[in-house]
Amino acid sequence: MFEYAPAPESRSVVDIKPSYGLFIDGAFVDPADGGSFKSINPASEEVLSEVAEGGPQDVDRAVRAARKAYEKVWGPMPGRDRAKYLYRIARIIQERSRELAVLESLDNGKPIKESRDVDLPLAAAHFFYYAGWADKLNHAGFGANPRPLGVAAQVIPWNFPLLMLAWKIAPALAAGNTVVLKPAETTPLTALLFAEICQQAELPAGVVNIVTGAGETGRALVEHDGVDKVAFTGSTDVGRAIARAVAGSRKKLTLELGGKAANIVFDDAPVDQAVEGIVNGIFFNQGHVCCAGSRLLVQESVAEQVLESLKRRMAQLRVGDPLDKNTDIGAINSAAQLARIRELTEAGAAEGAQQWSPSCELPERGFWFAPTIFTGVTQAHRIAREEIFGPVLSVLTFRTPAEAVEKANNTPYGLSAGIWTEKGSRILWTADRLRAGVVWANTFNKFDPTSPFGGYKESGYGREGGRHGLEAYLNV
Amino acid sequence: MTATATSAHSELTELGRSETALRTFLHGLPGVDQVGAEQRAAQLGTRSIKTTAKAQAIDLAIRMVDLTTLEGADTPGKVRALAAKALRPDPADPSCPHVGAVCVYPSMVPYAAEVLRGSGRAAGGTAPHLASVATAFPSGQAPLEVKLADTRAAVEAGADEIDMVINRGAFLAGRYREVYDEIVAIKEACGGDDAGRQGRPRAHLKVILETGELGTYDNVRRASWLAMLAGGDFIKTSTGKVPVAATLPVTLVMLEAVRDFRAATGRQVGVKPAGGIKTTKDAIKYLVMVNETVGPDWLDPDWFRFGASSLLNDLLMQRTKLTTGVYAGPDYFTLD
Repeated sequence: MFEYAPAPESRSVVDIKPSYGLFIDGAFVDPADGGSFKSINPASEEVLSEVAEGGPQDVDRAVRAARKAYEKVWGPMPGRDRAKYLYRIARIIQERSRELAVLESLDNGKPIKESRDVDLPLAAAHFFYYAGWADKLNHAGFGANPRPLGVAAQVIPWNFPLLMLAWKIAPALAAGNTVVLKPAETTPLTALLFAEICQQAELPAGVVNIVTGAGETGRALVEHDGVDKVAFTGSTDVGRAIARAVAGSRKKLTLELGGKAANIVFDDAPVDQAVEGIVNGIFFNQGHVCCAGSRLLVQESVAEQVLESLKRRMAQLRVGDPLDKNTDIGAINSAAQLARIRELTEAGAAEGAQQWSPSCELPERGFWFAPTIFTGVTQAHRIAREEIFGPVLSVLTFRTPAEAVEKANNTPYGLSAGIWTEKGSRILWTADRLRAGVVWANTFNKFDPTSPFGGYKESGYGREGGRHGLEAYLNV
Repeated sequence: MTATATSAHSELTELGRSETALRTFLHGLPGVDQVGAEQRAAQLGTRSIKTTAKAQAIDLAIRMVDLTTLEGADTPGKVRALAAKALRPDPADPSCPHVGAVCVYPSMVPYAAEVLRGSGRAAGGTAPHLASVATAFPSGQAPLEVKLADTRAAVEAGADEIDMVINRGAFLAGRYREVYDEIVAIKEACGGDDAGRQGRPRAHLKVILETGELGTYDNVRRASWLAMLAGGDFIKTSTGKVPVAATLPVTLVMLEAVRDFRAATGRQVGVKPAGGIKTTKDAIKYLVMVNETVGPDWLDPDWFRFGASSLLNDLLMQRTKLTTGVYAGPDYFTLD
């Protein structure tokens, strides 16, 4: 046997302060009512830091600071000067990427391999990409001299904390808006380190404000009168509430919500790569991915072969310490999320689907869930309909391409889908019929700042990324 | 499983009798997505192998090296020196294992045999195998009779492993039967299978696909299956004589092929990437790939080899570094 010795990334590269205030108007300040909450490491339940809880007064202060910066500094600033700041931020993210990656893995539970090789490079790439647009907005296809909206309220999820921050802040600033961002309550730390990066980049005060807190803080932010734009990534339920809250106001809204993506494997698929794609589709980031390929639709004639290969491959997944460079699957982000995953998998088993996991030892402390597949799943099962947001795959079979498309589209969501076949015409035929914002062919979970991302139906509206992503932050 | 595997095996060996059946089978294998295969190979390359795992990997890699010299300028003296090094790679450290094999041209086999089978060998200990390239290596451009004579001569001279090259021209032109028949004939010249052949020398057959000339991963998979169906004991990437030699993705596709072949037939076939593997870091990436693609059954010199020359010195240098804590200069390692 070839046992890999532990290869932990050093956590001493990052300096976590015992407590953090709110980042408003270029400085860390204490919250008006003095409230705070703890952010823990989900892999060990150890407290990492105490973080301020922003109340309505703090939100008001942050929005005012953003308004002032928008009117006095950032709005009037020429695009090429805004670009300079964005490029500077992008470079600092690259320079401090090891620190940010370790902090992300500590606070979120995701494997260092992913924060190092996916989250950080993509976050920096987003800033570089939108920095390039800042002085070229006249040529973005929205007419001459498109104007920014003003103050953007941005609420982001815990699954890709820094990357979602980049998706939100980079286009907003490039277009000339200022922002108040609320990170998720379980993963605020990289956003607070990003606040330090804004200081390091000498970004003018008030352009970026970070108000930490839970749902109430987010509500106060999106409902604030001084906000011109609301951008939210998270669950469909919260997205609905936000849509109701901003209805009838001047606020422009983009929502990126849940998903239940179908990953369709045809009988002429490249099997070994399809299996990699299935694994990457559902087990990447512990399945905490809104566009995760959580429903595998496999053609009956190859179902047995694909499942056998999939199980063999799953047995190779290394679950454990997120800071170990050889870990493939880290910790579930929170106790609440773990409870949700458990509830849905229990429902799956109770409804008669067959549950399978490779044998793997889970650490005693922290929140863990073994990679799991369910076979014998039907469209009627809860695990085929509801978003689990965990490392749980539901396997369904189909006989004809038409049946595959019908099953894939039979969901209230429509964020992403995958197609696996060696036949080009079948890719095009299927992609034409899938009602999903992103369709990947012979790959999955591929992201690039130049490519727009967003959903159909209950997966939300608006696009992030690419030229399309600018539209959400321009008055067009 | 065994019963079905055996019947599947006999069904598969029937394939070689018909050009059509062979073509239909090879073209019916699942395709390889180039981007996906390369991405998977790159992912496996990011594994971090440290401390005890690294020490274990280095010793295993040394045992898997086919220490090779295939130059027109080879001399008996150089081959003897190489064989001596194969037996005791690190003369200062008796705990250092010997390599998997020495690999030379047929005319050099007697000189290597002298050392490997002679007094230099530790009493009761094992010794490296003696491999010889044959079949008009590296081009394979010779009449079949010449290739067979080449092979027989190498086996007679003492080689117990033969590295043959396939007829790439015939393969790329789609004349699979021709390639198949040639491998079968060479295998026969190597002494065939074990059963009923006591007393006659028998050499293991490694089939070189020369993947750098095959153009696509689909072809690599087809050539791998073709070589295995024809009876090859090992499939090997390259001669080392064309610009593109072993790569991680090519080796990945070949490992998947031997894994699937064993599942279908019950027969295990070895894999040998050759050419371009120069550092310990490279070698460890290959071992990780073997470990996570086909599992521990292949983590053995009987089933996985590195065709290399300069790799051994880097392995020895890293091995010394692990035991002493400091790097020794290149002058402390013998040049071959």
